[in-house]
Amino acid sequence: MIAKLDTNRETIPSAIMIEFIETVRDVPVIRYALLAGIVSSLTYGVVGTFVVTRRIGYIAAAIAHSILGGIGAAIYFNRTYDIVWLTPMLGAIVAAIGSALVIGCISLKFKEREDTIISAVWAGGMGIGLLFLHHTPGKGVNLESYLFGNILLTSKGDVIATCVLGLVVLGLVALFYHKLVAVCFDEEFVQLRDVSARAYYLLLLVLAGICMVLLVRVAGIVLSLALIILPAATACRLARRMWIIMLIAVGLSTMYNVGGLVVSFQLDQPTGPFVVVVACMLYGLSFLLKKS
Amino acid sequence: MNAITCADLSFSYGKVRVIDDVSFEVQKGESIGVIGPNGGGKSTLLKLILGLESPETGSLDVMGHPAGKGRRKIGYVPQAMRFDPLYPVSVLEIVLMGRLDRLGVGAYSKECRLVAEKSLEAVHLSDFKNRTFSELSGGERQRVMIARALACEPELLLMDEPTANIDLSAEEQFIEALAGLRKNMTLVLVTHDLELVSELSDSVLCVNQHAHRHSLPLSGETIREIYSGRRRIEHDRKTRHQQGDHSVCDHD
Repeated sequence: MIAKLDTNRETIPSAIMIEFIETVRDVPVIRYALLAGIVSSLTYGVVGTFVVTRRIGYIAAAIAHSILGGIGAAIYFNRTYDIVWLTPMLGAIVAAIGSALVIGCISLKFKEREDTIISAVWAGGMGIGLLFLHHTPGKGVNLESYLFGNILLTSKGDVIATCVLGLVVLGLVALFYHKLVAVCFDEEFVQLRDVSARAYYLLLLVLAGICMVLLVRVAGIVLSLALIILPAATACRLARRMWIIMLIAVGLSTMYNVGGLVVSFQLDQPTGPFVVVVACMLYGLSFLLKKS
Repeated sequence: MNAITCADLSFSYGKVRVIDDVSFEVQKGESIGVIGPNGGGKSTLLKLILGLESPETGSLDVMGHPAGKGRRKIGYVPQAMRFDPLYPVSVLEIVLMGRLDRLGVGAYSKECRLVAEKSLEAVHLSDFKNRTFSELSGGERQRVMIARALACEPELLLMDEPTANIDLSAEEQFIEALAGLRKNMTLVLVTHDLELVSELSDSVLCVNQHAHRHSLPLSGETIREIYSGRRRIEHDRKTRHQQGDHSVCDHD
């Protein structure tokens, strides 16, 4: 951890916040982590709402796990053939989009085999990633940071990539919002309006895939599903209109990310797991707040 | 001019023949009920008309185009119960889906909103436009589906078992909403509800792999024979054509 818990220091919330703000100002790594967290929260709060209402959480999970294949391949080719521009994030994006399209195309054609395809992409992607990492030359790769996330490893480049990807995702959602809503509600009817329901369904999977890439730094491959699902699922318990759910989900995601960063900074807790546990607890609490 | 012209149409799911050598015509402005036993091919016929499935043999023209082309003139009312009732969408948003088009991006235009609101007015749901789908009763949801179909400004309205799973009072509201619309468009109503057929249709197409047109009212014996599968669809096409009834085409 960059900052250690100072046990002598006053730990009332305002003091913690003041110290955190000072650190954000002075320490670039924390600033990058905060920026990446806020931008990715906007993105997965919005896309997560579609994932939850269209009930494609398991597809999102398969895409998230397949990302390791892209990360592993990128690191391997980067080190073996000295391809500098081939970063793990680029590998992750290619793997996420590829997996989204494979799952989408095959499941649209063979609906009855959807669960099998999801499992194959899920396990296959991880297998490919682990094989590549096993054969990667040089010092060992910090696999744990990819599997469970470490937002404090966020670099300036990651922040820029996150902002660009976030803008692309939010821009596409803004342009095609009504079509995405309609496809999630009634694909058949959309097809009858001569709008390609399949294309928009695939677009939704690709957007979910990109969000999973953004979440790898925050929560890692294994825990990222929780962060795309739980804020939107909690919001669904509190509101009944898509755009309101999105707003609540974005608010919750931002709160989880910033709160997680503050707590991990102050209490020396791992950010991803801490955020996921809090998100699970709030989701559980939403059942007590509203029973129906 | 015909709204639907179906000639020698056959269709199979794998090796199972569902529609076998069916011919019939539906004239513009006509209301026709499609009835028959479960698994008889009613919904498949509807999918073929909508262009969601392609004929194996034969031809099917809808509103002057091969089925699947020119679908924008078709309004389709599916069973409301097949939707996720918890999907967080308002009544107006659902009706606006009838205004989707391939090239449209961003928000719906004012004109689209106007058409959607008129469609809601036609089914007496103007006051419900800001409610969510989950707040509505079965009958109200079905009327929302009609409003969505009307927002397409259709010349042909297809409905798939629209009164299934809704109670009697909701069915009455539904019939009332449709009765005012039938004179403005061609109506094809797939249903098991013979009362609904007699209320809204000019004639009946009995579908049980083959198809046979009947005029209304149907006798009790005919209904029993259709649903028990005992009635063989008689090959009386020639006879009827000799009688000058070109809208009637029967097959076996």
